[in-house]
Amino acid sequence: MQQLSYFELVGFGPNGWGWALLTATAMTLAVALCGFLVGSVVGTLVAWAKLSRNIAARWLADGYTTVLRGIPDLLVIYLFYFGGSAALSAIGSLFGAEGFIGVPAFVTGALAIGIVSGAYQAEVFRGAYQVVSRGEIEAARSVGMHRWLMFRRIIAPQVLRYAIPGLGNTWQLVLKESALISVTGLVELLRQSHIAAGSTRRPFDFYLTAGVLYLAITWVSTYLFQRAETHSMRGMRRAS
Amino acid sequence: MDLAFMWSTFLQLLSGVPLTLNLSFTSVAFGAVFAMILALMRMSGVRVPDVIARGYVFVFRGTPLLVQIFLIYYGLGQFRPTLQEWGLWGFFREPYWCAVLALTLNTAAYASEIIRGGLQAVPHQQVEAARACGMSGFLLFRRIVFPIAVRQALPAYGSEIILMVKATSLASIITMMEVTGLAAKLISQTFRAIEIFVVAGAIYLILNFVITRIIMAIEWWLSPHLRRPPSVEPKLEAAHV
Repeated sequence: MQQLSYFELVGFGPNGWGWALLTATAMTLAVALCGFLVGSVVGTLVAWAKLSRNIAARWLADGYTTVLRGIPDLLVIYLFYFGGSAALSAIGSLFGAEGFIGVPAFVTGALAIGIVSGAYQAEVFRGAYQVVSRGEIEAARSVGMHRWLMFRRIIAPQVLRYAIPGLGNTWQLVLKESALISVTGLVELLRQSHIAAGSTRRPFDFYLTAGVLYLAITWVSTYLFQRAETHSMRGMRRAS
Repeated sequence: MDLAFMWSTFLQLLSGVPLTLNLSFTSVAFGAVFAMILALMRMSGVRVPDVIARGYVFVFRGTPLLVQIFLIYYGLGQFRPTLQEWGLWGFFREPYWCAVLALTLNTAAYASEIIRGGLQAVPHQQVEAARACGMSGFLLFRRIVFPIAVRQALPAYGSEIILMVKATSLASIITMMEVTGLAAKLISQTFRAIEIFVVAGAIYLILNFVITRIIMAIEWWLSPHLRRPPSVEPKLEAAHV
């Protein structure tokens, strides 16, 4: 058989892997986005615990961020991958289900990414909250806003504004971490490249393409986060 | 929680610690040298090296480390005949060297930005004062710029080293049996994910704690000017005289 050229190999022709790679890129984006959103929820709760006056909550939250930022992400993924199925099977057997119940790889991946990125996002949100001027919060209180209303109208918009640069960094981390999900068998970009590399014996071409696609995603997201930052800061006066 | 099982797991996982540390320190050491070169390229003010270093940092920070590892370990196998011809195949055949190479290239990209930040934060007055004393070139760099830059870059470099310790876990995917690799093997043998995770996590936390402490000690040692001067107790007898 004649050796395919690089562009035939990764293109959209009959022997090309183009569509498979694009679908896998979409899967990478999907799992990274879901993980990032889970992380935002976790991060918000943990930041809240860190800022609370309750010592136990603060202590727990500090422990969470220290542990999750100190151990390898791969270990967390293994925990969710193996531990999740074991836990689910145990719960299943309580309800009379027989045998092994596997957690879908997508859910495992999104949860693992979420739990890890939650630790980073908690620090981002905490830092951003501390920049929000105390006067604004006092003013909101003095006009009689309740906690939830104040959170929604005063705190959340400002925290988000200050958090954008930090969130951008976390998103880049999440994106790169999503490549580790390939160990669970989820067919995202790296896994698909691995499969293609195995069946065509052209590993270099496929991993290079995967690298280029990751680079494209990071590049576009850097641009989008910069746009979001300038947009959110449009009403602020800058000291320069 | 089965404590006896956790203890035996701990002993088994400990045998992976030397490899984890070996991979981390080898790549951090090589990476630091490479990062220094990249930082100097960025700051040279000459267009070509500047653009090359920028591109390098962009590529290696923008792609996942696992892709880089696969590209080197599996990808270069595609060029096996050429590599054999050049006598490099012995190097790229070994997962250890592939992991070290990938980690080195990766950390160099991140560290070069840290070092550049440190170098740029050296106050101009210090450089001017050194020039006024007649220092220039390498002497100025060695005596004034480098020590100040190291001091400023050290905290960030410390977190980069911690990141590298965590990153060595990826070497387990290309068959290196360091702590994470051993943990994954044990989990798939025993299916006791939570206990093994707790033990492996504790080992990483201890490693990182010790490394953080060492960095803090070096920081303290390098910045005597920030320490409070030893307080001199007024002599009691003096008051009576």
